[in-house]
Amino acid sequence: MPAATSGQTIGPFWHLIEHPEWADLTRFGAAGDRIELTGSVTDGDGAAVTDAAVELWQADPPADHLFPGFGRCRTDARGEFRFTTLKPGPVPGRGNAQQAPHFAIALHARGLLKGLVTRAYFAGDPMNESDPLLSSIDDPERRATLIARSRGAGHWRIDIRLQRGPSGETETVFLDV
Amino acid sequence: MESARDPIPFRPYEPGTQPPYDVPAYGSTHKRHPQEALARLPHTVTEVAGPRFNPSQFPPIPDLSAVNGKAALGERIIVRGRITDEGGHPVPHTIVEIWQANAAGRYQHPADQHDAPSDPNFRGEGRVYTDEDGWYRFISIKPGAYPWRNHHNAWRPNHIHFSFFGSGFAARLITQMYFPGDPLLELDPIFLAIPDKAARDRLVCKLDMTLTEPEWALGYRFDVVLRGHAATPMEG
Ligand SMILES: [Fe+2]
Repeated sequence: MPAATSGQTIGPFWHLIEHPEWADLTRFGAAGDRIELTGSVTDGDGAAVTDAAVELWQADPPADHLFPGFGRCRTDARGEFRFTTLKPGPVPGRGNAQQAPHFAIALHARGLLKGLVTRAYFAGDPMNESDPLLSSIDDPERRATLIARSRGAGHWRIDIRLQRGPSGETETVFLDV
Repeated sequence: MESARDPIPFRPYEPGTQPPYDVPAYGSTHKRHPQEALARLPHTVTEVAGPRFNPSQFPPIPDLSAVNGKAALGERIIVRGRITDEGGHPVPHTIVEIWQANAAGRYQHPADQHDAPSDPNFRGEGRVYTDEDGWYRFISIKPGAYPWRNHHNAWRPNHIHFSFFGSGFAARLITQMYFPGDPLLELDPIFLAIPDKAARDRLVCKLDMTLTEPEWALGYRFDVVLRGHAATPMEG
């Protein structure tokens, strides 16, 4: 059987398939612990990435007709994105492991010939200590790139760096999936 | 420790079939490719599960070639193909997102500054679903080539952008479909970034006279393979 088809960049004009309401995963009426996840995407010059598609996926709460589990948001002229969703709970890992609550985030943009995948965990969650992925990353500064910070009630923030920044800011951990 | 209840992971990508992140000939990769090694992540429910779209919440847009009954300019085309996974199984009822330039090579997008006419009757976005056997079909206009500023006198070959989701988030695929016989393909750093020639050539659709409708539109066939699972569960 043939191998999976090759990827190509989403390019700079993907906004033709952009629907801003997709950034609100609660728009079909899902009830639960509603939160906002905001953040930014910057490149190796520390410049805002203003043409990215940021995709959010969460396996919890389980997707249904009220909750798609998936959202997409463009980065704006400041490289910023914003999602409204429900806070995920823990989900099983492999074997007997449990995974701390997290989002999967995929980035697609001009200059990315295939998507980049990362995660956002929640600062202060006690399950982070035993999460298999977080535990596998030895460098604490790198590990911290996977953890969203609280910005007050129901608001979390994560900044994504495609490369080490000009002042030594740490490159986000991207995942080989 | 692994457990029998673990989700079945997707297969690793075949070597050479996916473009790298760092491609010197494609300037936009310079400041955007990760420089650290990717962290290996054995697939969990997060990677193996994925979104499901349904036509009632995400309605189909199967015809890009007209707006309000007014036909776009250009060469009308029909694109049809089958989506299977690496095990050869059809991927049914999955969403296919489509976007492209018009016949003149212009996107209906504020950032597109190419000096070519826009066409109010061309719809730059499409959305269809596969049927139970993995087949999809849409109608459009053959997109024009367009210049980009990657290098002196750089022109993209004619292409249609596609987005696929498949059965899990780690099977997500965004790609471009090209047209047979396009001399710009051998000059295009994006197309050429795929190391394996056979894999590259699978992004080129085929003229198909069984899809072509007489006196109306040429038909092109474009089949897509999404990631399959590393091991097939016992059937029966
Ligand atoms: Fe394009």
